[in-house]
Amino acid sequence: MNRRIERYRNILDFALSSLLRRKGKNLSLLGMYTVIVFFIASLVFFIQALKREAALVLDGAPDLVVQRLVAGRDDPIPVAYGYKISAIRGVSEVKPRFWGYYYDPVTRANFTLVASGDDPPGRESIYLGSGVARLMHLNAGNYLSLRGAKGASQVFSVQKILASNSELVAADLIQIREDDFRTLFDFPAGRATDLAVSVRNKVEVPTVAAKIAHEFPDTRPILKSEMLRTYASVFDWRGGMVIVLLFVAVLSFVILAWDKATGLSAEERKEIGILKSIGWETGDVLILKSFEGMVISLTAYLAGVCLAYLHVFFFSAPFFEQALKGWSVLYPQFKLAPFVDPYLLCVLFFLTVCPYTVSTIVPSWLAATVDPDTAMRS
Amino acid sequence: MRYSTCFLTLICSLMLSLALLGLYAYLSRTSDGAHIASNMELVRRLKLTDLCLFTEARYTRNPAMADLHAPFQDHPMALEHFPSGSLMAPPDFVREKR
Repeated sequence: MNRRIERYRNILDFALSSLLRRKGKNLSLLGMYTVIVFFIASLVFFIQALKREAALVLDGAPDLVVQRLVAGRDDPIPVAYGYKISAIRGVSEVKPRFWGYYYDPVTRANFTLVASGDDPPGRESIYLGSGVARLMHLNAGNYLSLRGAKGASQVFSVQKILASNSELVAADLIQIREDDFRTLFDFPAGRATDLAVSVRNKVEVPTVAAKIAHEFPDTRPILKSEMLRTYASVFDWRGGMVIVLLFVAVLSFVILAWDKATGLSAEERKEIGILKSIGWETGDVLILKSFEGMVISLTAYLAGVCLAYLHVFFFSAPFFEQALKGWSVLYPQFKLAPFVDPYLLCVLFFLTVCPYTVSTIVPSWLAATVDPDTAMRS
Repeated sequence: MRYSTCFLTLICSLMLSLALLGLYAYLSRTSDGAHIASNMELVRRLKLTDLCLFTEARYTRNPAMADLHAPFQDHPMALEHFPSGSLMAPPDFVREKR
């Protein structure tokens, strides 16, 4: 047993010294390989963690949101609709939601004003999302002036800053009282932005939605499952930029593996010829070459995955920030909860380590079966 | 020291690092669970429907609430012009073969 292990260790020693003889080429190959694994693994970690967090956090969203459409556009919904909806069997609660957007010309950022909730701030006071507070350099006790629909500015006292770890859901929020919201936006009386509906039995949500759509043809009910599906599709594997990034990374890897698979250099052929002439068997040469491939691919895989983990979960994925930020002035600063799916790590392993190792064996096998004399002279 | 010893030490330390990172993810479930629960409570209290990921336009801030022709609402023939539009997949029915 020990003799066998020693034999493999000797071949591994030889493989490593052979790789070190072509130090420049192999180190650059290792570097590029690690970068490719790093980007693919970062993408996998980021998407999985974000999708998981979205599914968990949005579980607290309303079962159903009812919007009113006028000529195909969203319009404030009469609060009276809510009384009729609450009479539908299975509906446990209907609450009007008051929310809207406010564009701040100074910072050029869009804020979301919300006036729903059980714990409203005091009169002419607001709660600020920590993203807004950071952007406008505001603290509790400071004042914020918002320009109303009629042109007059309204000054609000900042009563509280929402916790900084809530930025993923509340970075751009300004919570305000309902009467202040109505005054600021000159919002029509007896109307709400939309209605949040709670349903006792979650299985009945689609039935309740169908009843609402039937009874109020000018409304559009949006189910919680649809909200969750939106986020599943935003960061879907098949979606937009994600697939472009993945495609580029996979294509670079395929080019790398193809380059390796298409043939050996004259020096490597000569080396195989010498090894065979001094008594190495074809099997030994294949083990040597697969070890060479494995040394590079396994090191790149492990280093790439570890670096990707640190990039996404410790440094909040700065390489993806620009892509996600787009044209937003206000971008939330959030740390995702670490989540590692062993299945995806295995898939990544088989997609990166195996093809490369196999691709190094094929040309070596072709060279090792040739007569040593021919191989040395080639 | 033999090359193979150096290499096996490197691979073992990388595997150990990966295992420790996995263990860290497992152990931090409690603290992360607390902040996820507080976010969930905030979502429930304020009846929020979307994550605050893209604040550049109203239909990217609340994609779940946006109307179906949202990207075209700014002016006629206004194709999606925000970078986050390229991150969002088109709806499933668009990709289904008829």
